[in-house]
Amino acid sequence: MHELSIAYSLVEAAAEAATRAGAQRVVAVQVVVGALSGVATGALTFCWEIATAETSLAGSRLDLVEQPVVVYCPDCRQEGELAGVQLFRCPQCGRPTGDVRRGRELQIESLEIETAVCDDAGGAASAEEAP
Amino acid sequence: MSTRIVEIRQNILNKNDLLARRLRDGFTAAGVFTVNLVSSPGTGKTAFLQRTLKELLERGTRVAALVGDLETDNDARRLAASGAPVRQINTHGRCHLEAEMIESHLAGWDVADYDFLFIENVGNLVCPSSYDLGESLRVVMLSVTEGEDKPLKYPGIFHSADLAVITKHDLAAACDLDRAALLANLEAVCPGRPVLFTSARTGEGFPEWLAWLAERRAGWPASGGS
Ligand SMILES: Nc1nc2c(ncn2[C@@H]2O[C@H](COP(=O)(O)OP(=O)(O)OP(=O)(O)O)[C@@H](O)[C@H]2O)c(=O)[nH]1
Ligand SMILES: [Mg+2]
Ligand SMILES: [Zn+2]
Repeated sequence: MHELSIAYSLVEAAAEAATRAGAQRVVAVQVVVGALSGVATGALTFCWEIATAETSLAGSRLDLVEQPVVVYCPDCRQEGELAGVQLFRCPQCGRPTGDVRRGRELQIESLEIETAVCDDAGGAASAEEAP
Repeated sequence: MSTRIVEIRQNILNKNDLLARRLRDGFTAAGVFTVNLVSSPGTGKTAFLQRTLKELLERGTRVAALVGDLETDNDARRLAASGAPVRQINTHGRCHLEAEMIESHLAGWDVADYDFLFIENVGNLVCPSSYDLGESLRVVMLSVTEGEDKPLKYPGIFHSADLAVITKHDLAAACDLDRAALLANLEAVCPGRPVLFTSARTGEGFPEWLAWLAERRAGWPASGGS
């Protein structure tokens, strides 16, 4: 079970990104999980509450988006989505291909955050005052 | 307060991946070709590596090994009998090696002293596939006693390796090995990837394995890593 350690890495990275974005609170974290990433989505969801406890992400939601494997077929000269991860063949013509274009990723896609309302306006105002 | 969506697009295994990249750069600069061996428990990683270390040492090749296990230093002791420098990494419950463990266990070793560094991962066909250790090559191993369907059951790790090594081939007849089915399953999850049939007991496949290693090392680092 490495989903808990992945969840911790995820929380750490998301918390840093949230701080950079000026978040007061993180509402949700959207994560793309590729079919070849080796991560069990159910286990990751299960670990989320534990991993976020007592962090700035406590109470946030984890939104998982499953990304199927996409391979490139040199014959068809196009990408195709695989139905699973057990048969690496072009879905159009059936040619075996291991040229994986998507499906390995495990990444934080986006954050849904709450920020102070006048943050942008304040920044703009002080910039105008500067000269 | 206002709610908004911020695009991040950041890899989650960030820390491990960054460290693995640094390790890989270090290995490349030091000229040490690093091989990560993955398989289920008991496939024969240690037996295979024992013979590999011994044969390479006999040819005057400079080799070293790191071996990961949850507990015990049995494998390190078995490997050290070859005469090669070996270090045990005890993961204390973790089911895979991480780049950080490789870095900390290399402390005090000058990897530039070696041509090859072998890393025996913890026996596990799931988690090691997600952890880059900075290796130049990943080898997935499968014994003839485990069943021909394993590539289909663990496609992630079978897909991720540069070479598939079939072990305990001396037992093929006793296990009614269906060679064609095994090859078809390996091909289905990773088209075109080479497969070697070996036995650490009889030495079958070792000349091919050592030749393949030498060839890959000769084309490295221009060929890129895994
Ligand atoms: N017949 C036969 N037995 C083998 C061969 N290689 C390994 N074995 C036996 O298989 C068993 C497991 O071998 P190990 O080398 O310890 O396997 P391992 O993959 O290192 O195991 P873990 O590190 O515990 O995951 C031992 O009893 C070995 O003697 C082989 O080529 N032929
Ligand atoms: Mg072993
Ligand atoms: Zn095609």
